[in-house]
Amino acid sequence: MMFDRLFEKDVAISGVGQSEVGRPSSLSAMKLTLDATLEAIADAGLTRDDIDGVACWPGDNNNGDAFSPVGPNALISTLGLKVNWFGGGYEGPGPLAGLINGAMAIATGLCKHVLVFRTITEASRRQTDKTASALSNKTIGRDSSFFWQWYTPFNVLSGINLMAMYAQRHFHDYGTRPEQLAQIAMTCRANAALNPKAVYRTPMGLDDYMASRMISTPLRMLDCDVHCDASTAIVLSRIDAARGGPNPPIRLEAIGAALHQPWSWDQIDLTAMVTGEVAHMMWSRTDLKPSDLGSAQLYDGFSILTMIWLEALGLCPVGEGGRFIEGGGNIARDGLIPINTNGGQLSGGRTHGLGYVHEACNQLWGRAGERQLKPHHASVVAAGGGPLGGSVLLVRE
Amino acid sequence: MARKLPALNPDNIAFWQGGKTGSLNIHHCSCCRRYFHPPAPICPHCLSQDVAPRPVSGRGRVISYTINHQRWQAALEVPYVVAIVELEEQMGLRLVSNIVGMPADEVRIDLPVRVTFSQIEDVWLPFFERDA
Repeated sequence: MMFDRLFEKDVAISGVGQSEVGRPSSLSAMKLTLDATLEAIADAGLTRDDIDGVACWPGDNNNGDAFSPVGPNALISTLGLKVNWFGGGYEGPGPLAGLINGAMAIATGLCKHVLVFRTITEASRRQTDKTASALSNKTIGRDSSFFWQWYTPFNVLSGINLMAMYAQRHFHDYGTRPEQLAQIAMTCRANAALNPKAVYRTPMGLDDYMASRMISTPLRMLDCDVHCDASTAIVLSRIDAARGGPNPPIRLEAIGAALHQPWSWDQIDLTAMVTGEVAHMMWSRTDLKPSDLGSAQLYDGFSILTMIWLEALGLCPVGEGGRFIEGGGNIARDGLIPINTNGGQLSGGRTHGLGYVHEACNQLWGRAGERQLKPHHASVVAAGGGPLGGSVLLVRE
Repeated sequence: MARKLPALNPDNIAFWQGGKTGSLNIHHCSCCRRYFHPPAPICPHCLSQDVAPRPVSGRGRVISYTINHQRWQAALEVPYVVAIVELEEQMGLRLVSNIVGMPADEVRIDLPVRVTFSQIEDVWLPFFERDA
């Protein structure tokens, strides 16, 4: 669809913040959230009273699984905010939904500065209940979910079973090999070594990867992200307001978002998922090209997703993901397209979504410390998998 | 913990209880003559509400699969095979199930399979086995 005006271009990131990343943290979920959000507000050169909107995905889950223990209402109350608009909730195009919703609140004129945040405390929750995040716990008693009832009765108890079937099909169709997929985890680990906050920083070799326990063939334990306790916050500002702040505005150059039709993990192109639809939308809203990107921060809840995002975003040809990442050179810090430069979720910690945005911004602002990439002005963040996903193209002014 | 079972409702009951009479029931649209799944009161293709569950052959092939080794719950028996099966009636008509009755490491993409039911309480789970 053609539009005369693309409203996300009126919105910029003005500041970011992040709590400690603990495994587990001794801090409460709210304390982590305050550490992240107050840092982000200060980073944007703002005060509490400037914030007139709050956005969060997925909002307060209220079901004890610690996937999202703090929602907008609790944060607004705790910080004494007075807002024109706020919103949370699970139904959206994946972990970037809060950012996209916040941008819309600014683009429609409801808000000038929206605080977007994401808190997760799965590491401490797992100290007492390792099954807390099982898909069977999304509903109480029998599975009444429109969606999950088609999976949980067959003991699909973790998303990995579904992602594993995507990987299996990619291996089958394109000859992708475990030694190639290993490079996603190994690259993240190498990057994590330069991130003091990362959960896993000890070196990982191919032998370590191949020796790691099989969870759901062909995916191993080292293909899975690592639970943590953390909160990440992003301040979105109207572009004119952002220009007065201490940081060069990072514009939302283009947004991509999609829910595959039908909403299904299985009635979908298994080696592409929804990613092609997301990427098509995003690239159709900008003149920039994949070759303009200085980094790509791509969802790695499971390693196979990162490889599929690389293909979908045009960073390598479709089906060539395995060969593209082979040896790791292309996706390394000094490669064609550096990925997940804070260690991703695989080694950095499952901050779940906004951690990628936080890292992309720090890289664009040139303040990524020891892991700083060469100067660049554009970066992509993409998150999601299966039938839903979202992406944002970020450009530093 | 026992296997999670679906909550039955007027839309899904023919699917989850079809095994009682040995049939895999998939919703079919009388207007555009296409199957669709999961079941719903309306055809997602043509929006006709002239839809009803219809028995299918129960035969299909494995589109992809995974051997799950992780014991997500204490009582879970591993390994087990999760697969995406495409039914022979229509391209793209798929569902997720378990492949049973054969060694897990013999499951392959494109393996021909047929439905076999396992009753738990008032639900007949449609599993699939090798179609010899």
